[in-house]
Amino acid sequence: MIKVENLSKRYADMLAVDDISFEVHEGEVLGFLGPNGAGKSTTMRVLTCFIPATLGFAWVAGYDVFTDSLKVREQIGYLPENVPLYLDMRVNEYLMFRAELKKVPRKDRKSRLGECIERCGVKEVQNQMVGTLSKGYRQRVGLADALINDPKILILDEPTIGLDPNQIRQVRQLIKELGEKHTILLSTHILPEVEMVCGRVIIIDKGKLVANDTPANLLTQLEGGSVLKLQAKGPEKRIAQALKGLAGVTSVLEEAHDGAVKHFMIETGKDRDIREDIFRTFVKNEWVLLEMQKVPVTLEDIFHQLTTKEEVVAVEEESEKSGVGIG
Amino acid sequence: MGGTTTIFKREMIGFFFSPVAYIVIALFLIFCGYFFATLLALTQQATLAYSLANTQFILSILAPVITMKLLSEEVRSGTIEMLVTAPVTDFEVVFGKFLAAWFLYLVMLAPTLLYVVFLKWVGDPDMGPIISSYIGLALMGAMFISIGLLMSSLTKSQVVAGVLGIVTLVLLFFIGYAVSDTEVWYAAAFQYIGTYGHWESFTKGLVTTSDVVYYISMTSLCLFITVRIVESRKWR
Repeated sequence: MIKVENLSKRYADMLAVDDISFEVHEGEVLGFLGPNGAGKSTTMRVLTCFIPATLGFAWVAGYDVFTDSLKVREQIGYLPENVPLYLDMRVNEYLMFRAELKKVPRKDRKSRLGECIERCGVKEVQNQMVGTLSKGYRQRVGLADALINDPKILILDEPTIGLDPNQIRQVRQLIKELGEKHTILLSTHILPEVEMVCGRVIIIDKGKLVANDTPANLLTQLEGGSVLKLQAKGPEKRIAQALKGLAGVTSVLEEAHDGAVKHFMIETGKDRDIREDIFRTFVKNEWVLLEMQKVPVTLEDIFHQLTTKEEVVAVEEESEKSGVGIG
Repeated sequence: MGGTTTIFKREMIGFFFSPVAYIVIALFLIFCGYFFATLLALTQQATLAYSLANTQFILSILAPVITMKLLSEEVRSGTIEMLVTAPVTDFEVVFGKFLAAWFLYLVMLAPTLLYVVFLKWVGDPDMGPIISSYIGLALMGAMFISIGLLMSSLTKSQVVAGVLGIVTLVLLFFIGYAVSDTEVWYAAAFQYIGTYGHWESFTKGLVTTSDVVYYISMTSLCLFITVRIVESRKWR
């Protein structure tokens, strides 16, 4: 339904999107993940024909976004990031205007309006001025607007930003339901959201595509290399030294002290269980091992790892110099 | 063209929700009423020519106030993103807004028709110049509105758009006015570009092709440039 090929977007002095390619298949809910300023909104703006790409191609529902822009815009429902609405109209007036603008046939407008108002939970405010609504309600009016012409494709830029926890749950539920009938491209930087509603995830960072897989696959990719959390008593420098010396350990990080109890985070390579080795090392040196825990990898870790690689390396080098036990 | 009607309706809601439209209409009617009453008392003639002649300058100031927010505010508040990602062309957006502002302008003129009724009642006015004046006012309004709209597309700030529009229109007024009695070589060119001379002939009862073409072509030119500027987000 959506196909992006070698897309780049350059603003005056910066490359916002750098040669990305991906596809969204019919009926799929694709999570578009990345830190702020990674190029998510820019990509979405290209797909919705708001701005053109500098290089590359994009097709939405089979139409080229540059040459067949009108056709593309008929197929999509778009919720921009900050939900810009006309503040001087009533909610139902605004949605009626949008329905008309999006060429919903006259006879269907009333019923579409009723359905969207109901679904997005704005029924109780439908006669209020948009300008008097809270952020949460505005977000939902924006969502109702995106749905009003019953589009095949929904492009939602941070749909849950600025909502309270209850509203977030409702909106996620709604997106999940919509995913059954619509193709959805959804951007976010909230990770549980992706795990909950998206069938597949693409992660972009600094304009570049760094991952494209199902949430489950991304998790198993990293699962092999796991993280151990230790609590121990003993000479911390020597413990760190010894842990670092174990085969398969990729990094050792000393965490906060808790009196005599020292905390360590140990990262290991793929498919390697070193818990036994750790135990034996402690026994040999007569240190006390209070606790050893395997930390499950979350999407958050993957995200962090993929999008902050350079910084992590830099931090590690820095600490090596100052000799604060990192391997 | 469906998009144009939709945008037109939306802008009408926008106009009548904001106090600006009411203030502009009130100011215009106050000025017109003042001119009409004083000039009638002064001349004792059943004619609208003098009082309508004075409206041009007021309209040069009021028309940009009507149009100043039409595009600038869309860009400032970001609603332009919602607007142009809907299946409408940039021309429909611009033309819908133009028609809405022009309609408001005509609504603003409408109450002055009462003066005509009044003149009919107290005297025997020559209807020729009155009718031609109203045709002129409508055409001139289209041009003023399109210039105001163009200025509104150039900036994110309503105030800047308003000031630019007023300065442009006042300049266009004086450019023709200043050279009207001189015989320098560029006088004819300035007079044609300026708004003053064109309007003057309408108040005298003349509807000439040259004046009508002037207003319509200026309006079209400004609308064309405005559409290009709205489009320019695509190649900037």
